[in-house]
Amino acid sequence: MKILVCISHVPDTTSKINFTDGDSKFDTAGVQFVINPNDEFGLTRAMWFKEKQGATVDVVNVGGTETEPTLRKALAIGADSAIRVDATPTDGFFVAKQLAKVAKEGNYDLIIAGRESIDYNGGMVPGMLAALMDANFINTCISLEVEGDTAKAIREIDGGKETLTAKLPLVIGGQKGLVEEKDLKIPNMRGIMQARKKPLNVVAAEDASAQTEAKKFEKPAPKGEVKLVDPDNLDELIDLLHNEAKAI
Amino acid sequence: METTENKKELLRGGQFLVKETKAEDVFTPEDFTEEQQMMRDSVKEFIDREVWPKKEEFEKKNYALTEEVMQKAGELGFLGVAVPEEYDGLGMGFVSTMLVCDYISGATGSIATAFGAHTGIGTLPILLYGTEEQRKKYVPKLSTGEWFGAYCLTEPGAGSDANSGKTKAELTEDGKHYKINGQKMWISNAGFADIFIVFARIEDDKYITGFIVEYDKENPNGITFGEEEKKLGIHSSSTRQVFFNDTKVPVENMLSERGNGFKIAMNALNVGRIKLASATIDAQRRVTDVAVKYANDRVQFKTPIAKFGAIKSKLAEMATSAWVGEAANYRAAKMIEDRINLRMENGESHADAELKTFEEYAIECSILKVACSEDIQNCSDEGIQIFGGMGFSADTPMESAWRDARIARIYEGTNEINRMLAVGMLIKKAMKGHVDLLGPAQAVADELTGIPSMDKPDYSELFAEEKEMIKKLKKVFLMVAGSAVQKFGQDLEEHQQLLLAASDILIETYMAESGILRAEKNAKRFGEDQQKEQIQMAKLYLYHAVDTVNQKAKEGIASFAEGDEQRMMLMGLKRFTKYENMPNVVALRNSIAEKLTSENKYVF
Ligand SMILES: Cc1cc2nc3c(=O)[nH]c(=O)nc-3n(C[C@H](O)[C@H](O)[C@H](O)COP(=O)(O)OP(=O)(O)OC[C@H]3O[C@@H](n4cnc5c(N)ncnc54)[C@H](O)[C@@H]3O)c2cc1C
Ligand SMILES: Cc1cc2nc3c(=O)[nH]c(=O)nc-3n(C[C@H](O)[C@H](O)[C@H](O)COP(=O)(O)OP(=O)(O)OC[C@H]3O[C@@H](n4cnc5c(N)ncnc54)[C@H](O)[C@@H]3O)c2cc1C
Repeated sequence: MKILVCISHVPDTTSKINFTDGDSKFDTAGVQFVINPNDEFGLTRAMWFKEKQGATVDVVNVGGTETEPTLRKALAIGADSAIRVDATPTDGFFVAKQLAKVAKEGNYDLIIAGRESIDYNGGMVPGMLAALMDANFINTCISLEVEGDTAKAIREIDGGKETLTAKLPLVIGGQKGLVEEKDLKIPNMRGIMQARKKPLNVVAAEDASAQTEAKKFEKPAPKGEVKLVDPDNLDELIDLLHNEAKAI
Repeated sequence: METTENKKELLRGGQFLVKETKAEDVFTPEDFTEEQQMMRDSVKEFIDREVWPKKEEFEKKNYALTEEVMQKAGELGFLGVAVPEEYDGLGMGFVSTMLVCDYISGATGSIATAFGAHTGIGTLPILLYGTEEQRKKYVPKLSTGEWFGAYCLTEPGAGSDANSGKTKAELTEDGKHYKINGQKMWISNAGFADIFIVFARIEDDKYITGFIVEYDKENPNGITFGEEEKKLGIHSSSTRQVFFNDTKVPVENMLSERGNGFKIAMNALNVGRIKLASATIDAQRRVTDVAVKYANDRVQFKTPIAKFGAIKSKLAEMATSAWVGEAANYRAAKMIEDRINLRMENGESHADAELKTFEEYAIECSILKVACSEDIQNCSDEGIQIFGGMGFSADTPMESAWRDARIARIYEGTNEINRMLAVGMLIKKAMKGHVDLLGPAQAVADELTGIPSMDKPDYSELFAEEKEMIKKLKKVFLMVAGSAVQKFGQDLEEHQQLLLAASDILIETYMAESGILRAEKNAKRFGEDQQKEQIQMAKLYLYHAVDTVNQKAKEGIASFAEGDEQRMMLMGLKRFTKYENMPNVVALRNSIAEKLTSENKYVF
């Protein structure tokens, strides 16, 4: 089985978020980047397929040279090779187009993407990728097994779970549940040393134009001060809830 | 003077004192390769996941937890970084070794100690002095964490005077074994170790001898243990007495030659010392980080305490010592790595190259051990102060950080012993002609009686003042130590307070210079704006160093010089510790603290 894991390179959750260029671009200065958590769950599951079922695992990112440390980390964790599509990921459609090309050319059976990234949170890439590839698609996937050319998966749905099967090739939008936090792998020293020798191929982007354009980002308004209301003064509380917080 | 492949100057041990180091020749953490950055991140992730969240548990004397973390560290390859590949290690250089030690040690002293005792004094004696058979038999198991190591030097009656131990080794009649009898004390990892490096005396030898002793629970071979010691800190580090009663050790388990044990013990300690220094760095980063967050959160007088000058001053000083300590550690680490490589290029074996190199840089190892162990103590002390009453509570991480820090000033040679060693070794090197101190010391003596030079550097240049100051601090050392040697000759050893004062001058000079060099190198490549606070930290550290040097030199001079000689030296001292442009340290601290508090973390 050939597996491709799509790796999005995202700011660490503790990063301070700022914008530049008239609030139209994310300011990366001083920001630590990590593998998108949903992708890390997927990658860890892929490593399981590698260990138990002899799958080969490649990882791919659409991005500039700055994402290479993230891909190297995936190699250190155990991926066999990495592909970087050398382009600025201008929107979800553009990214999906690039990933589809890599996936088709590499004849992958299973493409593991994350349900959503924690930076732009579009949640669009995996679905578009499946459509562009004409492959099956299972989103919010929390369990995945493969036997022969059939995958058995569990999907989180509103208020419950759905178990389904699908033929390969298959794209999944994965999340926690594929594996748990405790299963996530820390790259070991030998893996880190081997990562240097594994291939990291840089390929040119396919011509595709972005379909959307970010005009402006806004941070949520800062939290207001906490107002304390005397327990004897219920009228004031009701007034505040009604007129100020507009909650009742 | 040798140069390495890219033509940078590689100083000899102790030579920093008489040779100017160029900023572009020092290695700084900003020079880590991508692989080293990954290693750092991996160790950090491991500690953040496996140790930091269990910090409270480590206060409950949970020795099994320490063993479990050590096993996981072994699985991830952290125990074998410095071990050559032929013994199942990773064969990495000394910078990588220091880096793993640094980041694995920051969350609790219990792990720092277990890791240090195992990878350092527990493994190194075999690696450096063992025969090929001994290495093949033991090192792979130690480097993967299948077995753990401990080091038995100290005895109830033999601490700092390590060669005075009473433990005996007696050859059996058939000549196949040594029988070891004696009592060892304060043995780290004793509770779970499989291999003990034991030092014992054969007959009435002048020097002790080292042995590799296996321990098997099923077949204890006369080895028994005392209860776990009740300690101030490092509560989950196993520390026990170890008793040997007719413990039979095959003759082939002798380390190196008979009577070579003291040398082995001391050389293993050289490595242990510099690694202990690195083991305090991440602790300082973490303590500072936690303190910054608390100071931003804690509101008194309707103001986050981080906004108060008193707190800003503490935060700035804490970050500064962490950052300068880091600069000095990696500067020395790379020098050691380069020297080892150079020796190997010249045909020496890996073990020989390491041994000779650590002997060579023993001065730097002692300097770092003393400086960094005291920095983590101050850092955690101020950490408690920033937390106020909560700092005194065992519910916050400050209290245990402070208790854990305390041991670093005692083991691997007390700070008193290391201070005296640093100066003693330097003087010995000068006497043997390995470092030319006499010429420069004479030059300083001449300068004292001559007309002071009126040449001034261009103070508008970055660090012009500071680099001149470093040169002057070196002169202070040469002046004080030079005349002390002249006055007392061999008897100098008996003038401990003078030696200690000289040592502080040496230590402060090395540390301050390391900070300046790191900031200078980085300012050149990343720009002065980007390195604004780092430049400020280098200046702030130097300011304190100048004060310490001044105070210690005065003390030293007055202890042995009188009348005109004293007056002349004190005048020289005044000149050598005088700023042309006095730094505004209040402004420096404010700026450093503002960077920390605005980012709400240790950012350097
Ligand atoms: C350097 C940079 C510049 C950008 N510039 C712009 C811009 O100018 N205008 C604009 O609108 N947006 C810009 N973006 C945002 C970019 O469009 C989104 O990152 C991209 O559309 C993916 O969408 P998402 O993050 O919402 O992904 P989601 O759909 O939420 O991601 C789901 C999954 O898809 C996969 N995936 C997502 N992105 C990638 C990727 N790059 N490589 C591999 N797999 C991926 C991962 O498996 C991920 O878990 C930029 C992003 C970056 C990193
Ligand atoms: C938690 C812990 C773990 C340890 N782990 C190990 C281990 O794994 N293996 C091992 O072999 N040892 C270990 N030790 C022992 C440690 O190395 C010794 O405690 C240390 O070397 C000091 O020896 P001592 O305790 O006998 O103090 P002493 O030597 O009695 O010193 C007492 C004081 O006198 C001073 N002093 C001594 N001699 C001189 C001198 N000549 N001039 C000036 N001042 C002097 C010292 O600096 C100190 O302040 C450990 C100790 C502790 C507390």
